[in-house]
Amino acid sequence: MPSSPDRPARVTLGAEGPILVEGPVEVVGDDGTLYTSRRFTAAICTCRRTRTYPWCDTSHRRRVKPERAAGDEPEKKTDEPEKTDEPEKTDEPEKTDKTKTMDNKTDGAA
Amino acid sequence: MPAYREPRRRSPPLPAPRGPLSDAVIDALRTGADHPAPAVGDADPFGDDLQLALYILYELHYQGFEGVDDEHEWSPGLLALRRSLEEPFLAALRAGAGTDGDVESALSGLLVEPIGDDGHSVSHFLQDHGELWHLREYAALRSLYHLKEADPHAWVIPRLYGRAKAAMVAVEFDEFGAGREADIHARLYADLMTDLSLETAYGHYLDAAPADVLATVNLMSLFGLHRSLRGALVGHFAAVEVTSSPGSRRLAAALKRVGAGPAAQRFYDEHVEADAVHEQVVRRDVIGGLLADEPDLESDIAFGIEATGLLEDRLAARLLAAWRSNSTALRGQPG
Ligand code: FES
Ligand SMILES: [Fe+2]
Ligand SMILES: [Fe+2]
Repeated sequence: MPSSPDRPARVTLGAEGPILVEGPVEVVGDDGTLYTSRRFTAAICTCRRTRTYPWCDTSHRRRVKPERAAGDEPEKKTDEPEKTDEPEKTDEPEKTDKTKTMDNKTDGAA
Repeated sequence: MPAYREPRRRSPPLPAPRGPLSDAVIDALRTGADHPAPAVGDADPFGDDLQLALYILYELHYQGFEGVDDEHEWSPGLLALRRSLEEPFLAALRAGAGTDGDVESALSGLLVEPIGDDGHSVSHFLQDHGELWHLREYAALRSLYHLKEADPHAWVIPRLYGRAKAAMVAVEFDEFGAGREADIHARLYADLMTDLSLETAYGHYLDAAPADVLATVNLMSLFGLHRSLRGALVGHFAAVEVTSSPGSRRLAAALKRVGAGPAAQRFYDEHVEADAVHEQVVRRDVIGGLLADEPDLESDIAFGIEATGLLEDRLAARLLAAWRSNSTALRGQPG
């Protein structure tokens, strides 16, 4: 819903993750580039790790070492360095911990 | 790009049976008889025969089949049979899903990102090792859902109200192209299939889809068509929206690597960005709104999340087992 004096656009802040802004919205990036989202709500990245700047792409999530089931090693050799898909824009140290991830991640798109 | 051909312009032919249950359903639809009453007995609730029988019965609510009277959607005999198939399926889902009943803990495992490949993820496999034929098989199998993307979730709308309803409809509006036909996610998927030289006709890959694929789609129809399972439907939707964005990034990378065209990448690029928004809205307002209105539904929402993970895990295991032994994941193909 477009912003109007009677119905100003709402911006929602969460404890972590993106700022939610009712769309459509224009965002001016830090180098002056103009970005437009026509979506009903836009999620603007606050963590600076996104690869779809300025929109959130869930890169703010805590990264954890997956637990592998015993005897269920993928074909990768264990002495190979762990491949992480490091976001380019990060200026923070990688936050990781050993929290167990649920083994049922889904691969579907919605 | 050739002119767009609507996948749903025609209904698909009935599939081939996979056992006595699916045979009885197909026979009833073909002959118009309304009294198929095969005993479900100890049929495997996740097996090919039961899942296909259920899939056909659910499909009467979406696109139907060529040569089958649309009125069969409400045939009492078929509905009774559907019920007898749903019961063991639902029981198996309840037995296999966690029993915690807590939405926050059910979601928390999905809200972290694993570093690297844990060996169980199809999108990691495709990103790192996927060849064109893997991606074509994956796209063919997922077409059973994506050519009707977001339709099963629309069933829940009349069962919601207030904050949960407003948010659910907003997300669905986005799934249905936000008012623009060319942006309907199901259409973006058909464009992806065209890029991969797949047949886009609705239902074309039904015979090729193993039970584990059918089960993931039957889950949505089961949850969507039962008001009593509205909490589970919302939980299911949240689980897929939460995990879609990073998985879509990997699939977009896989498609790019094998040289798929721009339309194929666009489907997943759109889902990286859209589902980062959908996740926030579904968690905050659909789940948050529903829990505020109907706190007793919490364990159902958690069940929907866990049941989704259960079936996606089974599907991933099936696909990865086939591909790691260098054989096809499709049914009825020389492996
Ligand atoms: S806030 Fe989500 S990627 Fe930065
Ligand atoms: Fe979505
Ligand atoms: Fe979508």
